[in-house]
Amino acid sequence: MKAASTLEKVLSAGHFAVTAELGPPQNANAEAIKKKSAHCLGKVEAVNITDNQTAIVRMSSIAAAALALSHGLEPVVQMVCRDRNRIAMQSDILGAAALGCKNLLCLSGDHQMFGIHPEAANVYDLDSIQLIAMVKKMRDDKQFLSGDPIKEFEPRIFIGAVENPFADPFEFRVVRLAKKAAAGADFIQTQCIFDIDKFARWMELIVKQGLHKKTYILAGLTPVRSHRALIYMKNNVAGMSIPDELIERMEAAEDPKAEGVNICLEMIEKVKQMEGVAGIHLMPIGWESITPVILEQAGLLPRPQV
Amino acid sequence: MIVADRKPLEEILNSIKDYKKIMLMGCGGCVTVCFSGGAKAVELLASQITMARKKDDSEIEIVQCTPERQCEYEFNDAFKDDLASVDAVLSTACGVGVQAMAVQFPKLITLPALNTKFMGYPVEHAVWEEKCAGCGDCVLGWTGGLCPIARCAKKLLNGPCGGSSNGVCEVDKDTECVWQLIYDRLKDLDKLENLTQVREPKDWRTSTNAGQRKIKFEEAML
Ligand code: SF4
Ligand code: SF4
Repeated sequence: MKAASTLEKVLSAGHFAVTAELGPPQNANAEAIKKKSAHCLGKVEAVNITDNQTAIVRMSSIAAAALALSHGLEPVVQMVCRDRNRIAMQSDILGAAALGCKNLLCLSGDHQMFGIHPEAANVYDLDSIQLIAMVKKMRDDKQFLSGDPIKEFEPRIFIGAVENPFADPFEFRVVRLAKKAAAGADFIQTQCIFDIDKFARWMELIVKQGLHKKTYILAGLTPVRSHRALIYMKNNVAGMSIPDELIERMEAAEDPKAEGVNICLEMIEKVKQMEGVAGIHLMPIGWESITPVILEQAGLLPRPQV
Repeated sequence: MIVADRKPLEEILNSIKDYKKIMLMGCGGCVTVCFSGGAKAVELLASQITMARKKDDSEIEIVQCTPERQCEYEFNDAFKDDLASVDAVLSTACGVGVQAMAVQFPKLITLPALNTKFMGYPVEHAVWEEKCAGCGDCVLGWTGGLCPIARCAKKLLNGPCGGSSNGVCEVDKDTECVWQLIYDRLKDLDKLENLTQVREPKDWRTSTNAGQRKIKFEEAML
């Protein structure tokens, strides 16, 4: 075991894993984490705590992760390269591990232009792949990036990364995943899948190269409540592929919420059948209460005990 | 070349509002090529300032000159006598020229009339694009001659990020994703293997993170 997190145990035991997303609040309200945690408690292996997603200032991901831990949830701490240099990152990794966080997800991060401080300087001292390699070095070689030793108590971290099968260049997305696996990513969560056919094509390439044996792949899924949400994402979020049929289906639905759940359930069924998919990552943006409903209906509850 | 853009007239007028006689000093180098600071730009700016000040009933005397390169003392020296009679210098050189003047004539105030933007070249008539950030440790050798430091909004060495879509950068719909370009170019050159290895973190000491950089060319030293 690399970190012996619940997520790692479930994945290494060969179970179909489930993670979900938990966005910290835009204030200092600890109760908000408690409330959101309640939807996920006992229903998922771990919750991703986002790191100032879309460059909007929120409660720090490590602080929110510590709160989630205190409510009995296992966090996946997200860390973006946008806001910290290698010194701050390593310091935060030590701090997160000391607080009991065992999973870390390494991302480049949304550019600050999208957020509330487009005038801010960004850092990008490291990129996401270099961050992955740095965490691995801290954990496995017991060394800081500088090569200086970490004397005892190295951070035991299960290392995650993201990949977007829908960004360009398509063929290179597989190479990039291979780079992330080579750098040390133990698991990968994908960008939200709406274009299931494209995802299937990407997974085929992944399996052909045997990459699913080097890193666990969790398929990212987002249940939506209306066709407008899909249109918004199609027009405003770079690197998304949203088929028109899906938008039409949501628009035609009498009960769009129920249809959104149905679509998500169908997707879960499909990705479960795909070779190489080790689990799902649910990202119900602003609709966290639907997580247990979907998992129940998908037959993914109760979660395995490991 | 260095590419610069003129500051808004309001800001320029405000910076010289206390002066009655100025030297408006251009530069015959890069800023002449990019139209922002050569002799013609100096002439145009002088007439705009003169008109604005007339309107405000506070006339100003403007002496104009354009040394070959404002970033070298010897070219500025020729205007020493004129400079002795003015209250301030308004420079349409890049930030390097302004600083050369500030050091060379420490008693005179030299004010910038331009915003110095980047190092780049014209991609079509009158359109310049940034191409190099002077990072001090060039990677163009393995990127197919396209710079991810100056041109990728995240300075990625293992790009592209997940926001690259249809060849466009996630940050700006009018900017190409340089990582898509790098990929295409290396594919054409049959050198995609350049992108399969994990590129190590960059040593930013060679860039702007360790204070002023200096180069000595020993062979040419007297
Ligand atoms: S890698 Fe550095 S030196 Fe080379 S073009 Fe880019 S910024 Fe300039
Ligand atoms: S879209 Fe391309 S150029 Fe823009 S930040 Fe991402 S990798 Fe860099």
